[in-house]
Amino acid sequence: MDQHATTRGQGLRMAAVIAAMAVLVALPFFISDYRTFQFTQAIVYAIVLVGLNLLTGYNGQISLGHGAFYAVGAYTAAILMEHFGVPYWATVPAAGLVCFGFGFLFGLPALRLHGHYLALATFALAVATPQVLKVRHLEAWTGGVQGIVIIKPDPPFGLPLSQDRWLYFFTLAVAMLLFLAAWNLVRGRAGRAMVALRDHPIAAEAMGVNGAMVKSTVFGISALYTGIGGALGAIAVQFVAPDSFGTFLSISFVVGIVVGGLATLSGAIWGALFIQFVPNVADQISKAAPWAIYGAVLLVFIYVAPGGVAYLLSRVWGKLRR
Amino acid sequence: MKRFASCIAAIAAAVLAVTPALAQKKYGPGVTDTEIKIGQTMPYSGPASAYGVIGKAEAAYFAMINDQGGVNGRKINLISLDDGYSPPRTVEQTRKLVEQEEVLLIFQSLGTPTNTATQKYLNAKKVPQLFLATGASKWGDPKNFPWTMGWNPTYQAEGRIYAQHILETKPDAKIAVIYQNDDFGKDYVVGFKGMLGEKAAKLIVAEQTYEVTDPTVDSQVVSLKASGADVLVTFATPKFAAQVIRKVHDIGWRPVHYLTNVSISVAAVLMPAGLEKATGILSAHYIKDATDPQWKNDPAFKVWEEWMKKYHKGADPLDGFNTYGYSTAQTLVHVLKACGDDLSRENVMRQAANLKGLELPMLLPGIKLNTSPTDFNPIGEMMLTRFDGKRWVVTDKLLSGR
Repeated sequence: MDQHATTRGQGLRMAAVIAAMAVLVALPFFISDYRTFQFTQAIVYAIVLVGLNLLTGYNGQISLGHGAFYAVGAYTAAILMEHFGVPYWATVPAAGLVCFGFGFLFGLPALRLHGHYLALATFALAVATPQVLKVRHLEAWTGGVQGIVIIKPDPPFGLPLSQDRWLYFFTLAVAMLLFLAAWNLVRGRAGRAMVALRDHPIAAEAMGVNGAMVKSTVFGISALYTGIGGALGAIAVQFVAPDSFGTFLSISFVVGIVVGGLATLSGAIWGALFIQFVPNVADQISKAAPWAIYGAVLLVFIYVAPGGVAYLLSRVWGKLRR
Repeated sequence: MKRFASCIAAIAAAVLAVTPALAQKKYGPGVTDTEIKIGQTMPYSGPASAYGVIGKAEAAYFAMINDQGGVNGRKINLISLDDGYSPPRTVEQTRKLVEQEEVLLIFQSLGTPTNTATQKYLNAKKVPQLFLATGASKWGDPKNFPWTMGWNPTYQAEGRIYAQHILETKPDAKIAVIYQNDDFGKDYVVGFKGMLGEKAAKLIVAEQTYEVTDPTVDSQVVSLKASGADVLVTFATPKFAAQVIRKVHDIGWRPVHYLTNVSISVAAVLMPAGLEKATGILSAHYIKDATDPQWKNDPAFKVWEEWMKKYHKGADPLDGFNTYGYSTAQTLVHVLKACGDDLSRENVMRQAANLKGLELPMLLPGIKLNTSPTDFNPIGEMMLTRFDGKRWVVTDKLLSGR
């Protein structure tokens, strides 16, 4: 491939990204508030999946417990709003920072665990979360089983938007920022170190990569993304309660990154759409066994698009260009 | 000018003549001349899926009503969506029902956290959130949530009923209370103590709590016995209720024992505890127990049995949720009938808040549904029952928890 073709390829790619962004910005004006709300949730999931993909896809650490970080983010936002009167937009970075701390600290001891063992350790987090949230000593803050009801934010500056559309744009803006940051991260030195640690930890350390530091930091960043997602999700749903953060949530996230495509950023979008819409479609097809339909759809995805939707699309794209 | 005036008068007269015809038929969203569309969320999947029977029973009851010609000629179309008992899913599905399906009202959505998640939204949208399938007392709050109404006797009301019975039968009782340390248990205690009033401090000699995460409640029971109490009140969920019953018997304590309606299942609570150990326990009921032979020749029971056979095939007749769903669906049909041709959301709430002594065939005789614009708790009475070693025997003692 000569220099010229590469530039043209990049140009096309850029055009595709810009077109996609234009669609995302225009979307809420063509759909109902309810659909807008669904897409807001999908964007929230996309943020989480980018975070989880940094950890699992790029760095090779498996987590079955990201629902826990999602819950911590959601509760941080809800508690700050309910008990401290913090405005909703300020709770988002706060939730991210709190989760970064949690993720980093959890990442330190978890470093000694590899592969399946790490997966189980994180799974323990996911299993414990709903019950920990019900604990009596935290009840004054968490509201116990009753949870916390959040008031939906109005658009600022008197913008002529419905609450749902405003929240969509707010979430979209945060998501774009986070996608850009992740894109920068994986392209640079840090990204190469992450991938090297995944593919060949011994060689990477021999080259001078600080394995422990990189791994815990990636764990922290991954939790940060997930926490921000949790906060935005809580604001969109206007409610947090222990029952919102069951074990299945964590599993869904893993399903999302695998279906979307490991170690790709665009895969997060496809994975998020899968998490958000496939259960609804399944429920419409069969009331009696929605999860059987879900399972069947999942199998189809795995066979038709091994490596994820993102890889499938890039293969198709490559064929078309030839 | 004169002609103009008379022209106006003619138009006004015409409008006036038409207006009553218009007022006769007033439709909210989801209503046509042939259909009333309503919605609900149910946990068909997930940890609380045993409750899904309720939604199926309700759909089966509406199927019978529709076969009989519907309500004032309109068929009831119940859209029942799965939320897996997960509040974010409840919000999403409820919004789908309101904004996309455009249902007239939400009926019998199940669960306390799930309904809490949608309460503010539905009240802001002025969509009736009717006859919720949860016993929390917070649904009867017409001042703050004029579009929300429960159905079950509340936990507080039931607590008041036990207190009232103790005051009547054993005014010098020494009471021990054990309850689950969460909103469920505390709701009961609020009602119970409220009814005892000033006497609470004197009569209650011991109080113990447990956490849902506790392995056993043995030590709590032992310390309650040590207080010298002769009445025990147990506000516990099934697993812990069985433990309490067994332990009380095993340590040779024989208090008058009151047990919450939540844990009256013979199969799930009393059998594991030991039927002989449970003999003599008192509780309160409001729905007829379909397994109780005393209803065998009850005409209302026969109609119910017929319905089960024809419309709700494959359902387990031992499952009390079938009678529950049957009765709640009847309540809604009553309200929709009372609405006549004014099926606006406002009128639905007006009629729901205007139940006057409504008796339902599968509720215990004497139980009446009553509501008013300031009272959003339809069922306030229950009947005292006693476990005779085999089944719960209704004592014909109707107690009010209002």
